[in-house]
Amino acid sequence: MEQILLNGLITGAQYALIALGLTLIFSLMSILNFAHGQMYVLGAFVTYYVYGKLGLPFIVAIIASGLTLALIGAIFEKYLFNTVLKRSVREESSMLLAAGTAFFLDSLILIVFGEKQRSVPALVDGVFFGEDYGIDLIIPYNRIVIGLIAIVLIVSFILFMQYSKPGRAMRALAQDKTASQLMGVDLDKYSLFGFALGAMLAGVAGSLLVTITGVNSGIGGGISIQAFTMIMIGGAGVISGAILGGFILGLVEAFGLYYLPGDVTYLTIFVCLMIFLTLRPQGLMGKPWG
Amino acid sequence: MENKSFILKVIIALIVLLIVIPSVLVLTQRNDYLYGITSVAVLSMISAGVWLTFYMGRINIGQGAYALIGAYTTAVLVTQLGLSFWISIFVAGFVAAFFSILIGIPILRLKGVYFSMITLTLTEVAKLLAIALVPITNGPRGITNIPLPGELSIFGLTLIPDFATMENSKIGFYYLAVIAMIITFAIMYRLTKSRMGILLRSLQQNEELASSFGVNIAYLRVISYAIASFFGGVGGAIFINLTQSVYPTTFQVADSINYMLYTFLGGLAYVFGPILGSFVLYFSWDLLFIFKEYQLLIYSGIMIILMVFLPNGILSLRFKK
Repeated sequence: MEQILLNGLITGAQYALIALGLTLIFSLMSILNFAHGQMYVLGAFVTYYVYGKLGLPFIVAIIASGLTLALIGAIFEKYLFNTVLKRSVREESSMLLAAGTAFFLDSLILIVFGEKQRSVPALVDGVFFGEDYGIDLIIPYNRIVIGLIAIVLIVSFILFMQYSKPGRAMRALAQDKTASQLMGVDLDKYSLFGFALGAMLAGVAGSLLVTITGVNSGIGGGISIQAFTMIMIGGAGVISGAILGGFILGLVEAFGLYYLPGDVTYLTIFVCLMIFLTLRPQGLMGKPWG
Repeated sequence: MENKSFILKVIIALIVLLIVIPSVLVLTQRNDYLYGITSVAVLSMISAGVWLTFYMGRINIGQGAYALIGAYTTAVLVTQLGLSFWISIFVAGFVAAFFSILIGIPILRLKGVYFSMITLTLTEVAKLLAIALVPITNGPRGITNIPLPGELSIFGLTLIPDFATMENSKIGFYYLAVIAMIITFAIMYRLTKSRMGILLRSLQQNEELASSFGVNIAYLRVISYAIASFFGGVGGAIFINLTQSVYPTTFQVADSINYMLYTFLGGLAYVFGPILGSFVLYFSWDLLFIFKEYQLLIYSGIMIILMVFLPNGILSLRFKK
């Protein structure tokens, strides 16, 4: 019981990190970034090479993953999404572009990195045995460290959005584009910044993943669907919603996979989600009608 | 005057589709292109449903789910109950429409991206259901060896010959798919010109306003979503008779996304957009086969470039507003 709970919480922390990036991009530009899962995989591969192959410290690998993805995100935003949003009659056109970039990254990853499953050595060795302290828990120290890093990153992201100038500007844009532009917030600049930040979060989350489960080229699409599920649970475009959604999905998955076969778990999650959304379309924390 | 030129265009299109293309392809023995155009017809029929959902202002990424429902319905009816293929494709359409009404009543209240996201998971649900319902669907192994469509006759008069006795069953499928496509788009065209079409367009622009004028928006949404899913179900049914097998992965999330892409690429403002979109994307995918592992890379590259330069669809080139 405690075991499943803790597993769920650690997975949830990583999930929340993925959902945060997706929700940030969505709230700023109303883009459903289908390529989010692929960005995550890319981040994992950067860490695989920097940490696993070159043997540099893990902190360097996280930063490298984050920066690489931030750069890719910035390029996507500046040359693709921004252009399309300006030229297109309807906002939804960005969806095609997002799907296109997802396919593009997918095949690029496959060509560059191949289809082999890759993994890296653990950050810290050893396993925590709860029996010595009277609790029914067995957990590798590695997972605990990764979970803690994820939580630290989430907290620093919240603090950044809450108190820094760019954070405040982005929150203002998400709330009301016209009003915040009139107050002198530079839409283009902060859209670019926000997209890069969102992509960076995906990369960092991928970087954490590779130390636990490894990575292969094909998982991007599945991760994207999971990320969408999370922000639907919590409410799209809301930071607290993304975090809550991530933890809920992590916990439900941990319990489901323990008591049910894998396919049935996901079926149950999706069916519950649909019923939940019909009762509360905006998710747990979302504004009505998004 | 305008009416006359429109009728002329329709006649030319029908002649090209029903006589010119098949005879040229049969004479030149290009069975691969014949199969390609058949697939494009089916794909554009399924995408028509996406277009219709868009027409009332919703982006539907769940069309694959209804295609899968239609596919399994036909497969089960034909292989286990021995029902005629011709009846079962209609049953498939109605079953898909029935489920879309059940699902649509709650989820059609969602707007914008919320609707899109939930339809995205809908395809995943359909796939997982197909895997889990082993007694009906045979689980991940799927249903194979679906027989070819049999003959259809009324009062002893053979309307459609048995596909199995045909010399070239591919041409039979070509006609089946193309005629189904023509009927679909005729219905769609008529629909957009009708009172309902105008009402749907008003939903696309402002639902609250439409509602305040006394339009029953909930009813309209569910009905048109049901029509859209009907197309999806029939399309799926025809498709699996072409391949003669169905698996839980026959229609999956990537396919649902593709249907959306076909519709977008053709141009959302035009009824015939899905046909052009699926034609361009299907054949560019096919032609890029020579690049082997770079196929998807170049294909998605083309898609991105098209989108950046023609964000309102290919048809927007011709019809400057």
